[in-house]
Amino acid sequence: MKTALPLTEALLYLNGVTVSFDGFKALNDLSLIVEEGELRTIIGPNGAGKTTMMDVVTGKTRPDSGEVFFRGIADLSRLDETEIANLGIGRKFQRPTVFENLTVFENLELSLADSRGTWRTLFAHLTPARHDRIAVTLARIGLTEQSAQPAGSLSHGQKQWLEIGMLLIHDRTLLLLDEPVAGMTDRETEETAQLILDLAKDRTIVVVEHDMAFVRSLGARVTVLHEGAVLAEGSVDHVQNHPRVIEVYLGR
Amino acid sequence: MPALRGGQHKNTWSPAFWAGFAACGTILVLAVPFLNFWVPSDSPIALPDYLVPLLGKYLCYALLALSLDLIWGYAGILSLGHGAFFALGGYCMGMYLMRQIGTRGVYGNPLLPDFMVFLNWKELPWFWWGFDHFAYAAVMMVLVPGLLALVFGWLAFRSRVTGVYLSIITQAMTYALMLAFFRNDMGFGGNNGMTDYKDILGWEVHQPSTRLGLYIASVLALGLGYLSCRYITASKLGRVLLALRDAESRVRFLGYSVTNAKLFVFTISAVLAGLAGALYVPQVGIINPSEFSPGNSIEIAIWVSVGGRGTLIGAIVGAVLVNLAKTWLTGAAPETWLFVLGALFVLTTLVFPRGIVGLLQRPSRLWARTPAPVPAGEQA
Amino acid sequence: MIIRFPRLAGLVLLLLATPVWAKADDFATLVGNLAGDSFAEKEKAVIGLGGLGDPRAVPVFQALSDGRLFKSADGRVVISVRDGGTTRVRDAVTGDDIAGLDPDSLGRIIVNNRLRGAIEGALGALTLFSADPAARLTAAQDALRHPSAAEAVLLEKAIAAEKDPDIHAAMQQSLAAARLVSGSKEERLAAMRALGTTTDPQIRNLIDEFRAAPDTDPELQKAADAALTSIGDRLRLVGIAANLFQGISLGSVLLLAAIGLAITFGVMGVINMAHGEMIMLGAYTAYVCQQLFRTFLPGDWIDAYLLVSVPVAFLFAGAVGVLLERSVIRFLYGRPLETLLATWGVSLILQQAVRSIFGSPNKEVSNPSWMTGGFDPIGGFTVTWNRLYIIVFCFIVLGVLALILNRTSFGLHMRAVTQNRAMASVMGIRTARVDALTFGLGSGIAGTAGVALSQVGNVSPNLGTIYIVDSFLVVVFGGVGNLMGTLVGALSLGVVNKFLEPVAGAILGKIVVLVAIILFIQRRPRGLFALKGRTAEAEG
Repeated sequence: MKTALPLTEALLYLNGVTVSFDGFKALNDLSLIVEEGELRTIIGPNGAGKTTMMDVVTGKTRPDSGEVFFRGIADLSRLDETEIANLGIGRKFQRPTVFENLTVFENLELSLADSRGTWRTLFAHLTPARHDRIAVTLARIGLTEQSAQPAGSLSHGQKQWLEIGMLLIHDRTLLLLDEPVAGMTDRETEETAQLILDLAKDRTIVVVEHDMAFVRSLGARVTVLHEGAVLAEGSVDHVQNHPRVIEVYLGR
Repeated sequence: MPALRGGQHKNTWSPAFWAGFAACGTILVLAVPFLNFWVPSDSPIALPDYLVPLLGKYLCYALLALSLDLIWGYAGILSLGHGAFFALGGYCMGMYLMRQIGTRGVYGNPLLPDFMVFLNWKELPWFWWGFDHFAYAAVMMVLVPGLLALVFGWLAFRSRVTGVYLSIITQAMTYALMLAFFRNDMGFGGNNGMTDYKDILGWEVHQPSTRLGLYIASVLALGLGYLSCRYITASKLGRVLLALRDAESRVRFLGYSVTNAKLFVFTISAVLAGLAGALYVPQVGIINPSEFSPGNSIEIAIWVSVGGRGTLIGAIVGAVLVNLAKTWLTGAAPETWLFVLGALFVLTTLVFPRGIVGLLQRPSRLWARTPAPVPAGEQA
Repeated sequence: MIIRFPRLAGLVLLLLATPVWAKADDFATLVGNLAGDSFAEKEKAVIGLGGLGDPRAVPVFQALSDGRLFKSADGRVVISVRDGGTTRVRDAVTGDDIAGLDPDSLGRIIVNNRLRGAIEGALGALTLFSADPAARLTAAQDALRHPSAAEAVLLEKAIAAEKDPDIHAAMQQSLAAARLVSGSKEERLAAMRALGTTTDPQIRNLIDEFRAAPDTDPELQKAADAALTSIGDRLRLVGIAANLFQGISLGSVLLLAAIGLAITFGVMGVINMAHGEMIMLGAYTAYVCQQLFRTFLPGDWIDAYLLVSVPVAFLFAGAVGVLLERSVIRFLYGRPLETLLATWGVSLILQQAVRSIFGSPNKEVSNPSWMTGGFDPIGGFTVTWNRLYIIVFCFIVLGVLALILNRTSFGLHMRAVTQNRAMASVMGIRTARVDALTFGLGSGIAGTAGVALSQVGNVSPNLGTIYIVDSFLVVVFGGVGNLMGTLVGALSLGVVNKFLEPVAGAILGKIVVLVAIILFIQRRPRGLFALKGRTAEAEG
């Protein structure tokens, strides 16, 4: 079902994106837009194409056909991962991959939006401005106490927050969070929901999740993916009562 | 805003550090000349002349170990070919020393070293040009290993060769160089190497005063090397290196050039190793291709392991201790040395992975199976 | 050749003129004439003796040439023979020992260069008709060195009497060479064509010289060119075949050495630097078996020592491997760099242990009799039996290994553990046991490789260090964890090495191969046939 979508000032614009792996269509003519400042949740059964969609947006995978635009101008299907990261798109993977041997502070320090050149890192100083920025981020993700601990000693949930913090500190405009509460305790899940809502105030966030309670607590617009295309879109209630969604999740 | 814990590493350049560093340095620089030169030779605490170059040799080894710890302990690059950089620096110094012999060689040829006359060569090969000047040789001693490291590293790191594969090809590199330098027609003395040096910078090589001078130069080189390594590892680059040791793709994802970071420390490490080799040669009096042997390079890793990987000081301690043991055992009970060395390899990996200094730093965790928690799928 | 002509001509005339059966008194007279005063007399005697066709003249000629022919005081001609430490004196005519002759009373019969030439020619001619086939063959091949018309005649006679096909062929070739220089134009053309199939560089030189001679007939020159081209092609072919054989032989040795490593590295992710020492232990096992057989078993059993060493080496090296795995490697899984270092230490210990027990120098291990010698398949190079057997052995081992991996339950367990350790364990497979046995298998194969290596190389404590680098290169090049990859890798490395050798020299060739592999790894970091398993991927 090809929907003609007008090119707006949408932050993220996918149109007719198709990706196939060895004959299997991971994304099948997918069209999706995310407005600036929005908080969007994406759900769907396994194999629906959620991770592949994120791969396409971050440049890990090239679409076979279709358009992917950021801010209406940057063609994401032509840029590589580093360039896309430098545009302001950040992704958090399912497994937390923080640097276990470095302290929480150092993890954030590495993510600071300053020069990445090797020479520069040799002579980089921690200016008060940078120090403050780290402190602010720590406060936001709730890890101020753990600042000097090695990241490897954090709990699973805390590692996820640290990783979100690492995305945060680099001033990303668009955050893609892939199953952020997977493996978290109930308590941590709640806190994460709070964190995301807080963060959504000043940036665009797309969250991919399975946990329906969490999705509900976010209360954002939901897009349902199925077999590589959009099945339904709307509020949580709308989607949960949508006949096709019910059929896909429960019926068959 | 109050300073957070885990922020700036205040203890890197603290007064306590400088005090300790200055103290060690002073002792090393002053004690040996004092015990050798000023104390009369019949005194029980006098240091015999032959021990001075031996101590100097240990210090060169310490610098070599330091260079390996920089890349292994911090960036996770286990180069098993560092002996090649050491040997290349040594050969550059050797070439300078050979040119200094001049007409005092067996064949008395003012231009050609003895081994070339022996091979019936008529003129000096082009790459020997310039080695009669110390300044040129001094530059080459660090430039040649550095260039090799730059090229080799660029090829390896750019193709994302890591871990065990990298170690194997560094072995191959040093093995190939060994084979090449064993050939007589390469122009480096073949399997006999280069020896019989007469003087360095005008001073006779075997004189006690020259030996002391070389020893002091070794101390200074070690000190300089240590400070450089400390600076690098304490800088942000050092943290990038620690990060890429654990999770290389994540660091890349953050936007850092992993290749450049690795290349930088690899080259610096090779330069330090070359410097160590250059100071080593006049003190032991010979350079030959067996310095390139793969076994030598692997031994350096044990020095670092025994002392404590990733601590810098550990590399120095390990190099000195293991070589002391080697000197002692190969004199007292030669057949046992290889058993001891082999056992050291097994024990430091199995039972004492954090080495001596590591143990001292955190005595609570005596038997650590792993030096630090390592995520599945990515090993140092 | 020109100097020879009169001699051989004379010989031929005599041969043709004289009846073939020897006359006893002719022989005795001629031998006696050797003691004559002038060289001319001696020369006549030599020619005469040669013309008799009597093989008894051979030792006389040899003695004369060596300066061992003497004249006794009573006019007899005697030969001095050194037998062990003593010198005996023999009657030149009857061949009997003579006792009691005072050595000082003997006068040496001296020769000059001309005489030497005559002796040589006569000897050569005689041996063409010798009763000993080996001597005839040598004579036929020697005849190539002095082709001439006279030689041609002799050869024709010899060919007529010759029954042995190999000797016959050699004589034909020498005859063709002789005709080349001395026959009519038709004969020469025919000879040229016949010689075109040779691989003997001597003949090629002969044709070259012939061709270059100033007044050669253009038709003959063309024929010579054709022959030269054909010889050149054949030589090239032989060269390639020889290199190929040597290369495959080297490759099979590399394969045997590397296959155990491919298993432990590929299947278990373990870098075993002591692998070379497993090979070394296998070689020493062969040595010990040989010594035991020599000491305790009757002589004709000695050849069987090799067959016994193979399983013994397998079990011994395998046991050491299992021990190594249980005591050291088991604790280092998932840490390949640490394993590398620890096993390097073990290799040092093993080397020193062997050095302490057996000493440093090489130990002699001899091929059993059924593995000595070789054969010449296409003419031009030798296929030695020992190398051939090793190639066959190597493929047998590979086949058995493939069988084990793919058809036995152990093999299945092994593959399961490689691909998904946790899952395999959950399904009831005793992963610890599989690990130990896999390691034992890899080490055991290395042990048999050592037995094979003892047949073609030296046995010393350093044997392992020679092969460890090559083994790793094979594994890294061919792709980790893959039998096919190891096979292709080993064979190609062996062949490439051999083809590079004549061009670049052994050492430079090795360097080139090393550098090439380093560069190759840049493009394909996983080797030729990369295995996509979790262990292989875990190497980063």
